[in-house]
Amino acid sequence: MALLEISDLRIHYATADGAVRAVDGVSLSVEPGEAVGLAGESGCGKTTAALAIPRLLPQSATVEGAIRFDGTNLLELSEQAMERVRWRGVSVVFQGAMNALNPVQSVAAQILEPIRRHEPETSAADARARVDELLDLVGIAPARGRAYPHELSGGMRQRVMIAMALACHPQLVIADEPVTALDVMIQAQILDLLRALRQRLDLAMILISHDLSVIAETCDRIAVMYAGKLAEVGSVARVYEAPAHPYTRALLRAFPNIHGDRAFVAGIPGYPPSLIDPPIGCRFADRCPIAVERCRRETPVLREVAPNQIAACHLAGTTDDAGTTGSAGTTPAIPGTQP
Amino acid sequence: MKEPLAPHEFSESLATGGEAPVGASSHRGGSDAVLRVEDLRVGFAVRGGLRALAGPQRTVRAVDGVSFSVYPGEILALVGESGCGKTTIARTVTRLEHPSSGRVLYRSQDLARVRGGELRRLRQKIQLVFQDPYEALDPRQSVYEIVAEPLRIHGLAQTEAERTRIVYEALASAGLHPPDQIARRYPHHLSGGQRQRVAIAASLVLDPEFIVADEPVSMLDVSVRAEILKLLLELRQTRGLTFLFITHDLSLAWVIADRIAVVYLGRVVEIGSADDVISRPRHPYTKALVSVIPVPEPVHADPRLLLTGETPSPINVPSGCRFHPRCWLRRELGNPAACESSDPMLDAAADHPAACHFV
Repeated sequence: MALLEISDLRIHYATADGAVRAVDGVSLSVEPGEAVGLAGESGCGKTTAALAIPRLLPQSATVEGAIRFDGTNLLELSEQAMERVRWRGVSVVFQGAMNALNPVQSVAAQILEPIRRHEPETSAADARARVDELLDLVGIAPARGRAYPHELSGGMRQRVMIAMALACHPQLVIADEPVTALDVMIQAQILDLLRALRQRLDLAMILISHDLSVIAETCDRIAVMYAGKLAEVGSVARVYEAPAHPYTRALLRAFPNIHGDRAFVAGIPGYPPSLIDPPIGCRFADRCPIAVERCRRETPVLREVAPNQIAACHLAGTTDDAGTTGSAGTTPAIPGTQP
Repeated sequence: MKEPLAPHEFSESLATGGEAPVGASSHRGGSDAVLRVEDLRVGFAVRGGLRALAGPQRTVRAVDGVSFSVYPGEILALVGESGCGKTTIARTVTRLEHPSSGRVLYRSQDLARVRGGELRRLRQKIQLVFQDPYEALDPRQSVYEIVAEPLRIHGLAQTEAERTRIVYEALASAGLHPPDQIARRYPHHLSGGQRQRVAIAASLVLDPEFIVADEPVSMLDVSVRAEILKLLLELRQTRGLTFLFITHDLSLAWVIADRIAVVYLGRVVEIGSADDVISRPRHPYTKALVSVIPVPEPVHADPRLLLTGETPSPINVPSGCRFHPRCWLRRELGNPAACESSDPMLDAAADHPAACHFV
């Protein structure tokens, strides 16, 4: 049975201009020990969708659908019952949180906090021993736990955040852009750490990132979101080899690949549609190089285009869809004229 | 030796995925560099705290003996991790910092000695584009005011009509259409990519020759990045601009630059054509960096050279080769003494020198 099963998740935010439908019918499952990457541009709804799982969205958000975690629909739990799921079932490494550590508390004390709060039955000595273990697990000498955040580098603080997320032995960790803003070598160290932790602790993980390279290096499956909807979901091996959705292909072309030709990265001209009044039909149609009349009329649904790969595109797998067979690494885009 | 390609041929070569221009090789040693940095050192005194009273004053050696040249129409990328000194180099080249020693020559003129009208002229010719288009624009100024401000400061464009013409032209060059409508807007009306275009337009009104771009796309969404990079390449073609491009992202440097200089702890440890540095890195630090560049593909077999620990502080630069405490090659070679005792300089490999005793 899946550890996490999200069905038809819909989330809207009340704003002065009307309801913003940030997430619009997302269904996704995560198996125990599996790592799923959630990709897309800023504003596509990936963080909103993921933070709905531990129910950490602001009050202005209305959440519908079902989020079954270990068989229980989290959306039906009381706040008190939900509090027992957070940290122990699902924990989160927030984006940029390494810069939000409490400056006047040692990092060990901050890792101790969730243990004390969520497992009051754990003795003080056991809790402290676990903090040392956690520090060791993320590659920090336990003695360094006495340090204050300002004494640690960005990479070390991110390790502290990961240790904290693991403090109460969760089954699922949601990591929101865990390596953004870190240098490439530190980024590689943190991604290595996440991979090792997954294996060692049999953790399931949802990794939110705009960077498809980061997801390729850490995840088993990828879910690409566009304008509040899933565009494509599949195994990393399959999706990167043969992306079925034109948006996935465009995203892949936006990253240089040093193993491929020295082709110029391609942008995606235009902007995502407004989520207050999204257009009928495919939301990517206005920016899509292969859109046909039907795309503006009829909303595409996710359908299987290959084993381990579903995509929401009318043209995926058809003869009109020229790009499916092309590899993402070879992009003949040219620095040309301004659109 | 291959002749350097003209800028317009550069895009062609990219289109076909062909050879990258070598750019500098045939110029090397010549005096036609736009910018020439000679043994540049920039230090900052460490202030504050009781420790400052107790011991001798300490110095952060942010830039510690850097030499390179940038040739007409070229894009040279300075690549390195945070704290390596690349931004200090950019700031010194634009005269926002002063060298502790060494020289920065712009068309053979020593920046440190230029005064008065000559300095004002240089300030028009060299422009800096910053990383954060959200911070760099004054939210109370309209786009017109932002882009016209450099003209006002430099006392150019005497009439309103002249000013408007130059501003609209700069906006159009930066890909902002239609200029008259964009000019009336304020930064909060604009997307991140549009803001960066406005910042670029403001740097164009003085008709510069040389642009220092400090991480100009790192704050932008991936879908927008390529458009801004394209714009920079276009400006190079249409206006004959020369660029110093500062980035932490090696793969980005690879697609945009003709040559790449890799900076570690205040020193250039390797410099060469973009393809050579990425495909045939020489310095063990560059080799490690290239090996960990994330790529958008699921499997890659190359062994990764993961450096442990972090870059040492530029207050305490290691003896000998500054990379030796983290160097995998030194360990492989059984810790030869030279690495600790002698500071390697860039070697004599004409097109692609590296600063390592063992390459």
